[in-house]
Amino acid sequence: METFNIFDRLLGENILSALVSVILPLVFLIIYALIAILGELKISAWIQERLGPMRTGPYGILQPLAEVIKLIQKEDIVPAGANRLLFNLAPFVIFAGSFAGFAVIPFTAAFVPAEINIGLFYVFAVGAFAVIGIVMGGWASNNKYSLLGAMRSASQMISYEIPGALVILSAAVLANSLDMQKISALQSGPFWNWFLFGGPGDWSKIWILPFTLLLSLIYMISSFAETNRTPFDIPEGESELVAGYHTEYSGMKFAMFFFAEYSNMFIVAAILTVIFLGGWNSPFGEFMNGFWWGLFWFILKAMFIVFIQIWLRWTLPRVRVDQLMYLGWKILLPFSLVCFIVISLYRIIY
Amino acid sequence: MTTTRFIDIDFSKIESDRMRLNVGPQHPSTHGVLRLEVELDGEVVTNVIPHIGYLHRCFEKISENMNYQQVIPYVDRMDYISSMNNELAYVMAVEKLMDIKVPEKVEYIRVIMSELNRIANHQIAVATFGLDAGAFTPFLYLFRDREYILWIFEKASGGRLLFNYFWVGGLANDVYPTFKEDVLNIVKQVRKTNKEIEDLLIYNKIFIDRTANVGVLPADVAINYGCSGPVLRGSGVQFDLRKNEPYSIYDRFDFEIPIGKGEVGTVGDCWDRNIVRMREMEQSCRIIELAIAQMPNEGDVQAAIPKKIRPPKGEIYFRAENPKGELGFYIISDGKDKPYRVKGRAPSFVNLSVLPEISRGYLFADLIVILGSIDIVLGEVDR
Amino acid sequence: MKEYFKNVWTWFYTILIGMKVTLKHLFASKVTIQYPDERYPIPPIARNRLQLDPDLCNGCLQCSRICPVQCITVETLKVVPDDPERPMMGDGTPRKIWVPRYDIDFAKCCYCGLCTTVCPTEAIKHTTDFEYSSYTRDGLIYHFSAMTPEKVEEKKKLLAEWNAKQKALKEAAAKASSGVDKKES
Repeated sequence: METFNIFDRLLGENILSALVSVILPLVFLIIYALIAILGELKISAWIQERLGPMRTGPYGILQPLAEVIKLIQKEDIVPAGANRLLFNLAPFVIFAGSFAGFAVIPFTAAFVPAEINIGLFYVFAVGAFAVIGIVMGGWASNNKYSLLGAMRSASQMISYEIPGALVILSAAVLANSLDMQKISALQSGPFWNWFLFGGPGDWSKIWILPFTLLLSLIYMISSFAETNRTPFDIPEGESELVAGYHTEYSGMKFAMFFFAEYSNMFIVAAILTVIFLGGWNSPFGEFMNGFWWGLFWFILKAMFIVFIQIWLRWTLPRVRVDQLMYLGWKILLPFSLVCFIVISLYRIIY
Repeated sequence: MTTTRFIDIDFSKIESDRMRLNVGPQHPSTHGVLRLEVELDGEVVTNVIPHIGYLHRCFEKISENMNYQQVIPYVDRMDYISSMNNELAYVMAVEKLMDIKVPEKVEYIRVIMSELNRIANHQIAVATFGLDAGAFTPFLYLFRDREYILWIFEKASGGRLLFNYFWVGGLANDVYPTFKEDVLNIVKQVRKTNKEIEDLLIYNKIFIDRTANVGVLPADVAINYGCSGPVLRGSGVQFDLRKNEPYSIYDRFDFEIPIGKGEVGTVGDCWDRNIVRMREMEQSCRIIELAIAQMPNEGDVQAAIPKKIRPPKGEIYFRAENPKGELGFYIISDGKDKPYRVKGRAPSFVNLSVLPEISRGYLFADLIVILGSIDIVLGEVDR
Repeated sequence: MKEYFKNVWTWFYTILIGMKVTLKHLFASKVTIQYPDERYPIPPIARNRLQLDPDLCNGCLQCSRICPVQCITVETLKVVPDDPERPMMGDGTPRKIWVPRYDIDFAKCCYCGLCTTVCPTEAIKHTTDFEYSSYTRDGLIYHFSAMTPEKVEEKKKLLAEWNAKQKALKEAAAKASSGVDKKES
């Protein structure tokens, strides 16, 4: 199935449909961020045998709203020697990087905001914007600890992009296409058609089944490093001295950093869902399949990955910087290369 | 437009080698008010100078104006996490000076309370150690268990953290009727949670990579610096005052002394000190069970001593095995009802002195982990 | 080489074990209670804020002396024997000493409980109240004496009069005895 933007057909290819195509994901993102903040607070609390926020609204449902209001009304401080332009721009650059990725996420069969057929390549390219934003934020703060944290974070993100890119390359080889919508469509049918289990095909996919499982694991690990979540949250390390690149930020800009982090979490979850977990397809084949069901399944699977990210944050201790580099370069990279070779061989043979 | 040409900069004048960093008195970790002046070469620590004294409360000078009974609340507040052990050391020192023998029931209750407090202390040590390494959940599990122990203390003595329970010649009051069942329930719960913490934190590869081979303290260095407690035993030295110089009734119980063997990494690294604390919790559970089984139900909780405590002229140094190390009290009495001099030899003070030695050459992130593994509490360091 | 693969496997395996533990706790029952609405019961032996019953306090000053941080300030006044009020203590015995001022500074109190053990009449006791924070430091100084300032003035006047009367009587007795001596010698 080709990428297809239903609003282009309904409203004609003009500025109105473009506006709708942008605002719809933005609205979804805002609602998702509120739910994700609440989810993080509540799930982390339940893991730790406590209840989390219970006072704001029934069972603490309005807590994210309270947090947003709190952050909005805070004083906006810009440090004395900071470079004002870069300082103010940094959070928005990071957010722009992850929001730009929404242009090619296939929420359902009929709606992809941008009708391009190199979606996979594009989303990975704009995901690298975040590095620029982080270095801008760290350097413009005029604080040597922020700079240190930003440098660490930049090196972390860059070194974990390579295994991620190899995973995506393998997926593209497996699917014979870079088009996200086509990859989703290929995985239609019951759940054993998902790329997690080798993709649509006959029993010959048993050869690459362990490798696709490994690939999804590698992508999940590298996505943790991309989004700066524990165990790779050295830039935000709360019990070490360096408080990271967002030390000097307060108020709405700080809120923007966190919004960007949650949005990043969703993007990587969405990419993982599309590539490995079947996108908007229902796992039961034809049962519960359809336009609105597709939306439901997509969001459910992406939220499940987000839940795993939250779960791992509160389970694992932090990894030290040099061990992080070791993990990225000496473990993930060789494994992903091997998987790529095997999958390419499989594609040649079958 | 003039630009600086690199050829014009005199690089020998720029001190670009060492950076002096101040890990200030206010910490993200819960060790207290300790200031560390760290000299860094890039990311590697070359020297650490601890600055202490932010919590100095003149306990030793004040106790020259208090009679022996009034010193006990002050002794509580030295190592405020393991108060029962502090009181035990002080009270036994005074009793030895006055040659008082306390009733059997008192001895057993003292041992049970001390061991419970040892468990509570090690729970905090392991929890904050995990927090320093970045793991947030073991902290909450261990503090929830610690809360059950504090409820027992509150029902028995009236205080949760600072007790004023061990008095010269006995106890302040008897324990409550359901004491034995409560303590046995706690022991069961502690064992269960320790198993979970081992799964979640101790044998987790990320944690092992973080703490193994970090902050290696060789045995001879530990002995030369005067370290004691889990810091010493983590380096493989089998020395525990409860076995080597038994005091109170510890010689009636059969328990082991866990030492660090370098299971994952070198002998004497942070992981070893941590596993010594975990295993000591298990041994404390064992001692408590044995003591509960042997404890008499009836008996006085106060020996027959004169109303005014007036030890004869003399001096005594008595040491006990605190959870953090060897706590010693040196008391000089000149026959009056107020001591002439009370000196507390705090284990954390001595253990902290080994920090510069073992953190040279490691990364800055390791320094925080090493400090957490030595397990100091500033109330003791500064007194 | 084998080390490398063993390392990778251990990483993966121990992380999964840790995740199992946290997943179990995710669905276990929680230990939090909603504090101001529900509270844990505090045993009556707990040493929280002190409370003095002024009827039982006989002004012996033991508590003030034993306090390790000197947070109890007491002023006493002797009860004049021919006081028209005939004051009684809480347990029925006649009162010998007025306690016009009894202040405890809870900012200093260390909750050791020594004052409660030495009090001969059990006038001072620990309550289980711990929610008494105040916005000012003076708000933490509690005044337990039940005597109003006017009553204190009145009793001070009575005591001054009694002392003066006693002094006059003593002088008269001394003069009388020295006069007798003079007569005799």
